[in-house]
Amino acid sequence: MILVIAEQREGTLNRATWETVAAAQQLSGGMPIAVAVLGAATGGVAQELASAAVAEVLVAEHAALDPYTPDGFAAAGRALIDAVTPALVLLPHTYQTRDFAPLLAARLRKPLITDVTGIEGTGSGATFVRPMFQGKLAAHVKPHGGSPALVTIQIGAFRADAAQKGGSAAVKKVDVRIDAAAIRQKPEAPFREAKQAVDLGQAERIVAVGRGIKSQENIPLAERLAKAMGAEVAASRPICDNGWLPMERQIGSSGQTVAPKLYVALGISGAIQHLVGMKGSRTIVAINKDAEAPIFEVADYGIVGDLFEIAPAIVAELEKG
Amino acid sequence: MKIAVCIKQVPTREWQPRLNDQKTWIREQDISYEMNEPDAYALEEALRLREKHGGEVVVCSAGPARVQTVIREALARGADRAIHVEHDTLGSADAFVLADALAAAMNAESFDLVLTGLQSDDQGHGQTGVILAERLGIPSSTIIMDVQIEGGVLRVKRELEGGWFQWIAMPLPALLTIQSGINQLRYATLKGIMAAKKKEIRKAALPDGLQPAQQIVSLAVPTRSKQTQMIGGSAPDAARELVRRLREEARAL
Repeated sequence: MILVIAEQREGTLNRATWETVAAAQQLSGGMPIAVAVLGAATGGVAQELASAAVAEVLVAEHAALDPYTPDGFAAAGRALIDAVTPALVLLPHTYQTRDFAPLLAARLRKPLITDVTGIEGTGSGATFVRPMFQGKLAAHVKPHGGSPALVTIQIGAFRADAAQKGGSAAVKKVDVRIDAAAIRQKPEAPFREAKQAVDLGQAERIVAVGRGIKSQENIPLAERLAKAMGAEVAASRPICDNGWLPMERQIGSSGQTVAPKLYVALGISGAIQHLVGMKGSRTIVAINKDAEAPIFEVADYGIVGDLFEIAPAIVAELEKG
Repeated sequence: MKIAVCIKQVPTREWQPRLNDQKTWIREQDISYEMNEPDAYALEEALRLREKHGGEVVVCSAGPARVQTVIREALARGADRAIHVEHDTLGSADAFVLADALAAAMNAESFDLVLTGLQSDDQGHGQTGVILAERLGIPSSTIIMDVQIEGGVLRVKRELEGGWFQWIAMPLPALLTIQSGINQLRYATLKGIMAAKKKEIRKAALPDGLQPAQQIVSLAVPTRSKQTQMIGGSAPDAARELVRRLREEARAL
């Protein structure tokens, strides 16, 4: 059996779960799929998932699962795995999964393959594709050391709308025993740091700048290009880490996710954490000195060269009218 | 406070990937290396915590002899001493092997706090820290952007998706995986570099019988999901052509 661990918060399903269901369906090769929902009160999430073409939906509810903690979810995950003895466990590669899946794998002493962007073959013999070296290389990897193998599916690698529906999966309750006293993390309520003064999600065009810009003094170059294109300025994470642009202009898994009409990546190499935030853009332009930079994998138009020559040349061209 | 920082040595960002003949790992002979960036932030955070609370910072690294370079760099930035689990096979080891190797060397030290980067810029499993916490029998929290310690209680700010954060309290000892950008990095001074030469690096042996949990079948340059139209020529020519295509083909301008 393949077990998919869904992600929900307060009765709302995280969309990435559907992408993971699609991955499980591609992987299954006739193996039955069960989807498990973990939480204190999961509301209608199980019913929503029961519309998928899967064998069953398992509901593991326990008061100790709200709020989320890695100790609580690792305990619940272990109880679930003991109950259904799956060959493979698939999870969406979210911040929550990144927190508890390694703990679960460590306790089980079973393999965990993270950040998977492709699957070749089916069932227990499958090979998983994942980025390495900041996306410069793609690795084909196999789990080693018995089942179940845990696999996390990168956001956007599979299409949520490719998940086959039409099932009427049985919804079953599963008892998970969790020792609440053994949960060591005490979380407070999530919050947002600053009010989002700029909603980059609404921008028609975005000029995003990365490490290739080299120093804060060069940021105005990106701003000039943005102005000439009628675009908002955004950045990859390192630029915001350095304080060269405010955090609210960060694109990627830890920042905003955008899909504008035009996305210009200026000196951005294209690590997976950045790509997940922008690869849905309609037209992507990459300007980078490194012809092998992963950003070119998602670009519609690419220019290999010195951005300090090319960006001013584009501004000059646009100002010609 | 006795603080451990686990650091990894990884290829530099400028490195152009080249594969070994079997295409199962990279060609190590032509690589220049640097400290894994998130680990550098973890080291900086440890040094700041020592400045505030006293104690010592111990750098821990598992890898071949070459990782001495980043260990010395960490000592030069201000760490007090180091533990090096040395073995030729550790350069390409997976998270389970690295965590077990580090745990064996670190266990008897009874650290109050263990910090490491949230993931490595080479294999990037994002697992070693959390598995290490479990092997050391201490709680963990990941992707941390602030660390506060008061009255023996640790309170950390965890990054969530899309600009959200959350404070989490937990008892010490604990392990945290640190996110890049948590602080501003310091660099080694000449005085620090000189002082580092006299600091202790304890060598630890790799325990026997550690098993990897995954195997790299092959490595390759990724295939493109889109047909990228590359535009060449001089900067003005490329700019003119790009603008023309964005206007006429893509209708994006």
